Amino acid sequence: MSSDDVSSLPSKKVSRKPIYSRFTQQELPACKPILTPALVIGILICLAIIFIPIGLLALSASENVVEVVDRYDDACIPSTNQKVGFIKDPATNKTCIRSLTVPKKMRKPIYVYYQLDNFYQNHRRYVKSRSDRQLWSPKSESSTNLCDPEGQTGDGKPIVPCGLIAWSLFNDTYALSKNDAALQINKKDIAWRSDRTHKFGPNVYPKNFQNGPLIGGGKLDENIPLSQQEDLMVWMRTAALPTFRKLYGKIETDLEANERITVTIQNNYNTYSFNGKKKLVISTATWIGGKNDFIGRMYMAIGGTSLVLAVIFSLLYVFKPRPLGDPSYLSWNKNPQ
Amino acid sequence: MASPRKKVIRFSRLYSFSCFRSSFGDEHSQIGLKGYSRVVYCNDPDNPEQILPRYPSNYVSTTKYTAINFIPKSLFEQFRRVANIYFLVVACVSYSPLAPYSAYSVLLPLMLVIGATIVKEAIEDWRRRKQDIEANNRKVEVYDRNHGFQIARWKKLRVGDLVKVHKDEHFPADMLLLSSSYEDGICYVETTNLDGETNLKVKHALDVTSNMHEDDSFKHFKAVIKCEDPNEDLYSFVGTFYHDGQQYPVSLQQFLLRDSKLRNTEYVYGVVVFTDHDTKVMQNAIEPPSKRSKIERKMDKIVYVLFSLLVLVSLIGSFFFGIMTENDIDDDGELRRWYLRPDQTTAFYDPNRSALAAFLHFLTALMLYGYLIPISLYVSIELVKVLQVIFINQDIDMYHEETDGPATAKTSNLNEELGLVDTILSDKTGTLTCNSMEFVKCSIAGVAYGSGLTEVERVLAKRRGDALDDSEVTSSTSIQSDDGMAPGKSVKGFNFHDDRIMNGQWVNEPRADMIQKFFRVLALCHTAIPEVNEEKEILYEAESPDEAAFVISARELGFEMYERTQSHISLRELDHESNQKIDRPYELLHVLEFSSNRRRMSVIVRNVENQLLLLSKGSDGVMLERLSENSQDFVAVTMDHVKRYAEAGLRTLVLAYRELSKEEFSLWEKEFLNAKATIGIDRDALIEAAADKIERDLILLGATAVEDKLQKGVPECIEKLEKAGIKIWVITGDKMETAINIGYACSLLREDMEQIVITLESPEMTELEKKGDKEAVAKASRESIANQIRRGTRLLSSSGGRSALIIDGKSLTFVLSQNLEDPFLHLAINCASVICCRSTPKQKALVTRLVKKGTGRTTLAIGDGANDVGMIQEADIGVGISGVEGMQAAMSSDFAIAQFRYLERLLLVHGHWCYRRISMMVCYFFYKNIAFGFTLFWFEAYASFSGQPAYNDWYMSCYNVFFTSLPVIALGVFDQDVSPRLCLKNPELYKEGIQDILFSWPRILGWILNGIICSVVVFFFTTSSAVHQAFRGDGQVLDFEMLGVYMYSCVVWTVNCQMALSINYFTWMQHLVIWGSIAVWYAFLLIYGAFPPLFSTTAYQVFIEACGPSPFFWLGTLLVVVSCLLPYLLYRTVQTWFFPMPHDIIQLWQRGTSDDRNGKLREKDTLLCK
Repeated sequence: MSSDDVSSLPSKKVSRKPIYSRFTQQELPACKPILTPALVIGILICLAIIFIPIGLLALSASENVVEVVDRYDDACIPSTNQKVGFIKDPATNKTCIRSLTVPKKMRKPIYVYYQLDNFYQNHRRYVKSRSDRQLWSPKSESSTNLCDPEGQTGDGKPIVPCGLIAWSLFNDTYALSKNDAALQINKKDIAWRSDRTHKFGPNVYPKNFQNGPLIGGGKLDENIPLSQQEDLMVWMRTAALPTFRKLYGKIETDLEANERITVTIQNNYNTYSFNGKKKLVISTATWIGGKNDFIGRMYMAIGGTSLVLAVIFSLLYVFKPRPLGDPSYLSWNKNPQ
Repeated sequence: MASPRKKVIRFSRLYSFSCFRSSFGDEHSQIGLKGYSRVVYCNDPDNPEQILPRYPSNYVSTTKYTAINFIPKSLFEQFRRVANIYFLVVACVSYSPLAPYSAYSVLLPLMLVIGATIVKEAIEDWRRRKQDIEANNRKVEVYDRNHGFQIARWKKLRVGDLVKVHKDEHFPADMLLLSSSYEDGICYVETTNLDGETNLKVKHALDVTSNMHEDDSFKHFKAVIKCEDPNEDLYSFVGTFYHDGQQYPVSLQQFLLRDSKLRNTEYVYGVVVFTDHDTKVMQNAIEPPSKRSKIERKMDKIVYVLFSLLVLVSLIGSFFFGIMTENDIDDDGELRRWYLRPDQTTAFYDPNRSALAAFLHFLTALMLYGYLIPISLYVSIELVKVLQVIFINQDIDMYHEETDGPATAKTSNLNEELGLVDTILSDKTGTLTCNSMEFVKCSIAGVAYGSGLTEVERVLAKRRGDALDDSEVTSSTSIQSDDGMAPGKSVKGFNFHDDRIMNGQWVNEPRADMIQKFFRVLALCHTAIPEVNEEKEILYEAESPDEAAFVISARELGFEMYERTQSHISLRELDHESNQKIDRPYELLHVLEFSSNRRRMSVIVRNVENQLLLLSKGSDGVMLERLSENSQDFVAVTMDHVKRYAEAGLRTLVLAYRELSKEEFSLWEKEFLNAKATIGIDRDALIEAAADKIERDLILLGATAVEDKLQKGVPECIEKLEKAGIKIWVITGDKMETAINIGYACSLLREDMEQIVITLESPEMTELEKKGDKEAVAKASRESIANQIRRGTRLLSSSGGRSALIIDGKSLTFVLSQNLEDPFLHLAINCASVICCRSTPKQKALVTRLVKKGTGRTTLAIGDGANDVGMIQEADIGVGISGVEGMQAAMSSDFAIAQFRYLERLLLVHGHWCYRRISMMVCYFFYKNIAFGFTLFWFEAYASFSGQPAYNDWYMSCYNVFFTSLPVIALGVFDQDVSPRLCLKNPELYKEGIQDILFSWPRILGWILNGIICSVVVFFFTTSSAVHQAFRGDGQVLDFEMLGVYMYSCVVWTVNCQMALSINYFTWMQHLVIWGSIAVWYAFLLIYGAFPPLFSTTAYQVFIEACGPSPFFWLGTLLVVVSCLLPYLLYRTVQTWFFPMPHDIIQLWQRGTSDDRNGKLREKDTLLCK
C-alpha cells in the first residue's frame, strides 16, 4: 500500500505513459506465412523438384556399389548339436574355407567387414564396461572400477585394456586369396584417427589380458601399444544396434567381375551361444557409403508423394475453388443486419 | 503553527449521527478476557509492564524472506511442486548406479531451472523490502517527556507512545485519538488507502482528553487503555480508557487507522495502540486468494497423463528387460550372452534374480524417460507470462491520458484466462459510467430546465432512428468527448445549459422566488467544505460527487458558497433587485445528515431576515410522503419530470423547504438535543424519530437531475464483447428504471429484446408486507419469484429471440437463499444480458459465485469501488477500474485498467493472444519432449531395454535448456495469429477461447500423437537408412556415438522446424531463436567435441571427424525432417482449405486485403474479397 502512496506524491509525478516503440507495442515488422493454396502447391513442387533428383542420385550411387555378403557361421561348424562346445574347445581346428564370386568389377579400395547379428554391443552393462582413462594413460592403469568383472585378475592386478568390451574382442580372421595368390588385407587406418591419436595411448601396452579363467574373445600382442591395435579400436567403438558391421581391413587392388575369391576363415568367435549370425562382407563405397537403397527410395517416395499431392491440390484449386479468407464464412457474418 | 486554535469550530455539534458519544456496550464487559487482553500504558515508557517486549515495535516487514532464511525457504517453496520433486529425486538417485546417465547432467538443468525461479523470487522480495524501508523510515513527531515532541522514524514507535500527526500526513500506526487542533477534538481522516472511499470520515476524541491542545499539556498525562486484541475488522474497535480513576468507553470513533490520512485538521495527538503486524491494515493484508488459470490446472492433468505414460513405458521396458536378462543363462547353466558375463554380475543384471533386476530397471527407466516430463515447462511458462504482462502494461492503447493510468496486471497467473472469459459481471457506477456527476437538468416549480440531451437520450434516439440531425449528434458527441470534459469553459460537475436560468436570467422567470429558494437549498443543504486554492478558486471537499455537483452548480448559477464555519455558511448571491453580488451569511443550526436509511438530508438555518428554514433534499419516494397536504399544484408535474429524468438515466433528488416558527423550532430542538444526549441502544431510533418530526409538511421546490455519464466507448465496447460471445451481467445498486435505461444506453438492452423482469414490487406484495406477517411475506415472495422464473423460461423458449433478464435485489435475496438458484441460473444464462439492480456488495459476490460454480465457465468481474472487492476476488478474473472511487478495487484486482472500454482490448487482443500463445506453447512443449523422449524408448527396444540412452548425457540435458527453449518462449511471448486491429474488428475470433478449442483434449492428444509420430520417423528412418553399411566414402560404418548425433540432429531440426511451421508471426526474433537454436546445437557439438575425450567421451570429435564430412549424414537429416513435417503440413493445409478455423479465415483475409501493410483497410479490397 505504501508504494502507491509514494507514486502518487506530486514530487514524484512522472507520467506513467508507456513509451511507444514498435517492439513494446508488438508491431515489429513480421512476415506472416499462411498456408495459401499457392504457397502449399509451391512448397510441394519444390519438394518434388529437390527430392526426386537427390533420390535418383542416391540410388545410382548405391547401384554402383558392389557388395558380397557371405554368412559363414552355420557353414563353418560341424552340424552337430554341440556347436557351443565345438567353438569353445581350444583344441578343435576351426579353419574354414569359403569361396566367393565377385559379381561385378570392384574398384579399390575394397572394404572387408565382419557383420554380427543379435549381439548387443549397446547393452548398458557392456557399453559402460571400459576405462577411457586407462586406455589413454599408463599412469591410470589401475582405474578399472567400471570394468568389473574384467577389471582385475584374480590376484588383483589390473587388466589392460579392462572391461567387457575389450574382453569380448572379435577374433575371427580372414585370409583372402585370388587364384591361389594371397590378397593382401591392409589393416592399417581402419580405426578413426581420433581413436589412434587421442583415445588409445601410444605408451599403453596390453597387460594381463585374457589371462582369466574364462577366455572371452581375441588376445592382444603385449608388445604393440594400444594406439596401434586397430582391431581393438574398431571393436571398442560400440555398435548402435544389435546387427552391425565392423571394418576388418581394406583390399588395395581391383577385383574383376566373376573372379573367384577363396576365404580362409579362422572361425574362433562364439556367436552360437546367443544364436548370432556371422557374415563376411566385401564391399566398395561411393560418396554415399555402402550399398544403401533405403535413402534413395525414400527420397523418391517423398518427392513422388509431393508431386502427386501438388497435382491433386492444383486440380482442386482449379476445378473446385473455395473462396478462402472470406470473412462471410465466419458464422457471425452469415446474417448481416 | 502560530495559533493552533485558529479554527474554533465545534463541528461535533452539527453531526447528529456520526458523532455519537460512545457508550459501554456488551463487548466492553469482555475487556480483560480472552480476545480483549491488550493493555496499553499511555505516555509511560518507564512502566515496567510496558518495558516488557510484549508488543512489537513499529518496524514493518512485508518481505517473504530474510537474508538468513532466503535460501532454505525459497528452496522449500520450489520443491513443493511435484515436477520439481521428481527431478530432485532423479538428481539424487542419479548418483547411484541405477542412473542411466551421469548425475551432473541432471543436476545442471535442474539447478538452472530452479535458480531462475529463485532469482525471480529474490527480485520480487527485494522490491518489497525497498518499500518497507521507505515506510519504516518515514518521520513522525513522538513525545519524549524531557524534550517535548521530537522527530522519530516510524519504525521506532512503540505501543503507548504519544504521537503528533500533522495535516495530510499518514498515521504511522493504529492510534487512539486524544485531541486535535479543533476545540472539540474532532478530526477528518481519509481512508482511501483502506477501503477506497474518498469521502472524509469524522473522528471524535473523548471529551476528557479533547482539551489538550498544547504540546506541554502532556507533561503529566498518563492513562491506560485496555482493548481488544489485534484483529482484521476495520469497522470495529472496543476498548476502555482509564484516566484519573475514571473509565471511558472507546470505540471506532476514537480510532485512527494506520495508512489513513489526516485531512482538514491542522494536527492531532494520539496514542499508539497497535503497531506493525497488529495494525488493522496489516491484519487485512492477507494474501489475496491465489487464482490459477484453467489452462494451468489442465496442464497439471496433462502432466499426470504423461506421468502415467512414463510409468507405462517403463513397465513395458522392465518387463522385456526381465525376460531378456533371465534368458542370459539358460536352463543348463550355459551363458547365452556370454559377453555380458551374466555369471558374474550385480543385481542390476542378474539372470538368477531377474525380477529384482526388472524392478531396478524400472527405476532406471523412470529416470531415462523423464524427458517425457518437460522440466522447464513451469519455469518457461512463468517467464513467458511475466513478459506477456510487460506487454500488457506497455500497451499504449490501454493508457488513459487524463488519469495517467496505464493498464496494470497485478498478477501474471491469469493472462491466458483473459482469453477464456464467458461471462462478465460488471458494476455500473464508475465502471460503465464515469462516476463524475454532472448537474444537467432540473425542474423548478413545475418547469423543466436544462436543454442538453443526455447520453442515454441520445443513444435511445439514435436507436429509434429519430430524425435527429446527424451532424448535431456527432458534434455534440465530440464536444462531450472524454468524460464530459468539454473544451473551453467547461466546469467539472456542471453540464447545464439553459438560457432562461443562466447568467442571472432566472430573475425574469415567472417563479423567480422559487428558483432562488431552489438554488439556496442546493448551496446550503450539504456537508461540503470550501477550500480556496492558490489561484483563488473555490474548490469543494464533498462526501460524494453528487453533492459536489450540487454545490458547484449553485455556484455557477450565482449562489456561491465561499465560507463555512462551525456556525455559519456564507453565500455570495446575486441579488435579484440590485443585480449585484452580495454576501449572505446563514446561521447553521442543525444538520440532519444523509444516510442510506433515511435517503434524505436536511439542514436548519437562520437567514439574515431571521427566518428559520428547514431545507431538505431526498429521493422522490421519501420526499413525496413528506410534502404538506395542501401542496402546490405542480407536484404531479414535477413527479412526471422526475420519472422522465430517471428514464433518461439520470439520478434525481427532490428539493423542498419549510419555514419554521420559533416556537416550533425551540420545542423540537429540545426534544432533538435530548435524543442526542441519550446513551443506549435506542439512541439512533430516538434521533431518527426526532428528525422525522421536523421533516414534514414540506413545500416542494423542484427536482434535480444529475447525470452519471457513460464512459467513452462503453456501448461500442459492450457490443463488441457481445459479438465475441461474452455474456454481460450488470450488477448495480441503482434503481430498476435507471439500470434499465443505462442498459439501453450501453447497448446491453435493445428494442427488439424481450424483457423478463423479476421483481417483488407488486401491489399484492406491498399489501402483504403492510400486514407485517414476515413468514407469509417470505412464502409469498418465494412463490412469486418461482412463478416469475417459470414464466420467464416459457417466454424465453417461445420467443426464441434474444431476451434480457432484469431482477431486483430483493428478489435476488430470495433466489440466492431459497433454492431457486438452478432455475434462475438456467433462465439467466439463456438470456443475452442480465441486469441485477438494487443489489448489495455481498449479493454481487454471491451472484459471481453462482455464475462461476453454476456454469463452470470463466467469469470476469469488473468494478471500481470498495463494494466491488468481494465480486472481484470471487471471480476467476478480477478487473479493477483505477478511477474515482479510490484504489481499493484496483488493489484487490488481478488487472487494473483506467476505463471500461480498455476491457475490449484487454480481452479481445491480449486475452486472445495470451490464450493462444500459452495453449500453443504448452502443446508444443509436450510435443517436443515426447518426440525426443520416445526416440529413447525406440532405441531401448533395440538395446534389449537395458537402459542405455541413445545419446550422450550432455546432449540430453541440454535439450530442454539450450536447443529448444528459446523458440518456445518466443512463441509464448510474441506470436500473434491476427493483428490487433483485426482482433478487434472480428470479435468472433474470441470464441476460440470461450469454446476452448485451442486447448481441447483432441488438440492436446493430437500434438502428443504428432510427437510420437515424429519420434517413430526419426528413429526408424535414421536406423534403417544407415545402420549396417558404410555411411562414408572411406568405408566407415555408423556406430553408437554417431547414431546418437544423427538422431539428435534430426530431433533438433524437426522440433525447431515444427515450431517454424506452427507459428504465425515471424519477426527477426523468431528467425534468430529458431535457426539460432539449431546453430547452437552444431556449435555445441563442435565445442564439446573439442574437449579431451575423458570429458567429452562419446562426443569427442564426432561431428568434425565423422558426421560433418559425410554427405549421407546431411541427406539423411533432410529426409527425416521433411518426412516428420510433411504430415503436419498436409493436415494444416487440408484444415485451412476445408475446415478453416476462424483465425485461419481472418489470416487469409488479412493477407488478401494486405491491410497490415497499408495500415488502413480499403473498402474496395473488402468487396474484392467477397
